[in-house]
Amino acid sequence: MVKTFLDTDNLPFCKGCSHQMIARSTEKALQILDIDPLDVVLVTDIGCHGIIDRKFHTHTVHGLHGRSVALAAGISAGLADPRKKVVVYIGDGGTSIGINHLLGAAHRNFDMTVIVHNNMLYGMTGGQQSDLTPGSFNIRASMSGFTEEYLDVLKLVEDAGAAYVSRIQAKGDFSEELAKAMRVPGFSLVEVLEVCPSYGLKQNKDVTVANISEKFDLPLTSRMNEKAKRAEIADRTNNPSLLDSMKPVSVEFGHNLKGPFTLLMGGSAGEGVQVAADIFATAAMSCGLNVTKKGSYPVTVGTGYSAVEIIVSPEEIVFTGIGKADWAVVSSEDGMSFLKKRIEGMSGGRVITDAAYTVPGSGAVVHAGDFRGQVPGREINLSMAIVMLGISGIFPAGAMVKAISDNKIGGKMDVAKLVAASDALRAQIGG
Amino acid sequence: MNSKPKKVLLDGSMLIIESLVRAGADVFIGYPITPANNLYSYGAKRFPAALAAPDEITTLQWMSGYAAAGKIPVSATSFPGYALMIESINMAYMMELPMVIVLAQRLGPATGTATMGAQGDVLLMNGTISGGSSLPTLCISNVDDCWSLPPEAIRWAVRMRTPVVLLTSKDDVMTLRSHDLSSLPPIEKIERDYFTGEGPYASYSPGENLVPPFLPVSDTKHQVRLTASTHDTRGILQNSTPEALGNTKRLQEKLDRNLGDYTFYDLDEEKGAGVLVVSYGITAQAAREAVSKLRAQGSKASLFVPKTLFPVPPEYFNIMEKYDRVVIAEENQTGQYRQVLFGSGPRPGVSGVNAIGRIITPGEIIQEVLENG
Repeated sequence: MVKTFLDTDNLPFCKGCSHQMIARSTEKALQILDIDPLDVVLVTDIGCHGIIDRKFHTHTVHGLHGRSVALAAGISAGLADPRKKVVVYIGDGGTSIGINHLLGAAHRNFDMTVIVHNNMLYGMTGGQQSDLTPGSFNIRASMSGFTEEYLDVLKLVEDAGAAYVSRIQAKGDFSEELAKAMRVPGFSLVEVLEVCPSYGLKQNKDVTVANISEKFDLPLTSRMNEKAKRAEIADRTNNPSLLDSMKPVSVEFGHNLKGPFTLLMGGSAGEGVQVAADIFATAAMSCGLNVTKKGSYPVTVGTGYSAVEIIVSPEEIVFTGIGKADWAVVSSEDGMSFLKKRIEGMSGGRVITDAAYTVPGSGAVVHAGDFRGQVPGREINLSMAIVMLGISGIFPAGAMVKAISDNKIGGKMDVAKLVAASDALRAQIGG
Repeated sequence: MNSKPKKVLLDGSMLIIESLVRAGADVFIGYPITPANNLYSYGAKRFPAALAAPDEITTLQWMSGYAAAGKIPVSATSFPGYALMIESINMAYMMELPMVIVLAQRLGPATGTATMGAQGDVLLMNGTISGGSSLPTLCISNVDDCWSLPPEAIRWAVRMRTPVVLLTSKDDVMTLRSHDLSSLPPIEKIERDYFTGEGPYASYSPGENLVPPFLPVSDTKHQVRLTASTHDTRGILQNSTPEALGNTKRLQEKLDRNLGDYTFYDLDEEKGAGVLVVSYGITAQAAREAVSKLRAQGSKASLFVPKTLFPVPPEYFNIMEKYDRVVIAEENQTGQYRQVLFGSGPRPGVSGVNAIGRIITPGEIIQEVLENG
């Protein structure tokens, strides 16, 4: 028994409009494929062609102007079932506004057949030109002054990777051509050349569906891309929990804090400020402290300053902002420059830095040493943190050293040498 | 269940993504943007399916397609991306497709400052849907919410067939903190209900709670019609028939009728207090600390942290009307949620603590409570 896909009574198009021939040929193409209507999803766009969905017995999805291809891509990927057929209707206007979606879907080869209803104008809004309107096609509301070139959608999606493209004219029964496209796994596109009876014919009396191709140099063609492969979405249902890979920090040390302690760290990108702060935070946790860490750096992460705000506290940390910092550790000019105002605002506490940098005036005591001369740049922030802990005594520097050794960077450096250099610096500048 | 503490250093993004997946989210579709990048990275690593979209319009369209196919999609973005999504969010809202969009706010307007937190998109949440219907919006106010609210967002999206925004800010999703994993309550997967009747199915014929039973476009028994334009209960485009307009009105009515099931807030009232500090999102942390300090100093104050921002639950007004003074703290210039709750004009007893480009401190809230009363 022949399956019915389309209610052909009173198709909702103007007299003489070949959109109805596309609808009829679509039905026939689906009959040729011998597929069930409910294994088909018809995705329509905004434009005259889009009002056809009420007449189809398939699943229908009626979306936004120019977005039907992207919407269908999501449906195709979500279904991930080669037995299902996703058919997309779009006009030349929708193709213009949504060309990126056509390129994207072709590029990834989402499994779908796109049928471009190209009647060379926007029919729903009064006959304006689209990107697919040939320059010499007369338009009621033409806005000339830019390129008159016709956008060849076949070439574009083909270059993007489409599995199959064809251009046909809306003449007679072209169901075989549509069925051929629908059989192709991956992204296929058929551009159907039409003339709008309401806005195209009067202005272009010598144009007919039969002569569009020749008149506007739009060759009828079909091309298969044998290399194209239908999009496969990787199934990663068994991905492990993100939390499983988190290594808990056990409490191995004590601390000397009775309340929250706030620390600013500032340095230069590429010298491990953020990593040093992460290790410092881990070390604090190994002393039974709660901790928060906020990183701050330019969007170009490989240059300029890199700064951190850290709070460590024996109590739960509710508010994560830092007003006046207790201590600051600054390892470069970039960091000093970024933290200048914050350091100026310190009414007490300490600043640890390299002797080469000028520390802004504040109530803080400055401990400046030859860090740059004694430790490599990539270890300078770690060294300053060790020295900072040694002087402040908030928790044992040994916790920081252990956290460095436990971190993967510990295996890439001589930790004992870093500790020796840091101890020597602390002896010089500690007070 | 007194398990051993399992303290790790993590950010809110990790909790949000893990929580969403455990609650049943199927696919993460993303386009990278600061400060939502950690959500993207974790989403790519954790979700059962993850797709990199070429832009945010495509993101929302792919999500809608997945939702039509019966999946629960998630994305994460910030204002510039959200702006591109808006027409498509309206489409998903009209089609009644479940999805969750995590919006990590940053300082605007336009591209503003990508690495600066903010709470400047609250009125945008209130105005996303053309016609003024409410877009369900939950707002994270601390690290615990990063775990507990995402499943509620999924539940709301699925049960009400609607896009839901999970509103956050840079500090929620990027600040690292020590957190005890053993304290995280288990998360149940949200089970979905589908239309099971034998008779004819109309995609927008509402059930008892005004929500139409869902079927995906893969169903082999019933035809499914999804439509972004004004439509009747069958999903057939109509200009303005009473049935179609009734369907459009139902989109708000279904949210209002069932809002009690999705109303979340913290209320910490102190007997005899005449002032209520209201805050949400990142500023709620400062408000919590401010109220603790006020009480420690002997000043009476109550605290109200709304987490369901839109639709505004009616009981919020019952809570607030008990107080002579309401102080609303939020990190935006004009007091956006204050405008939603009390209008744009001055209102005796209502004041705001506002700032942009920096975090609001507990001290500023305390000062407003003590000095401007």
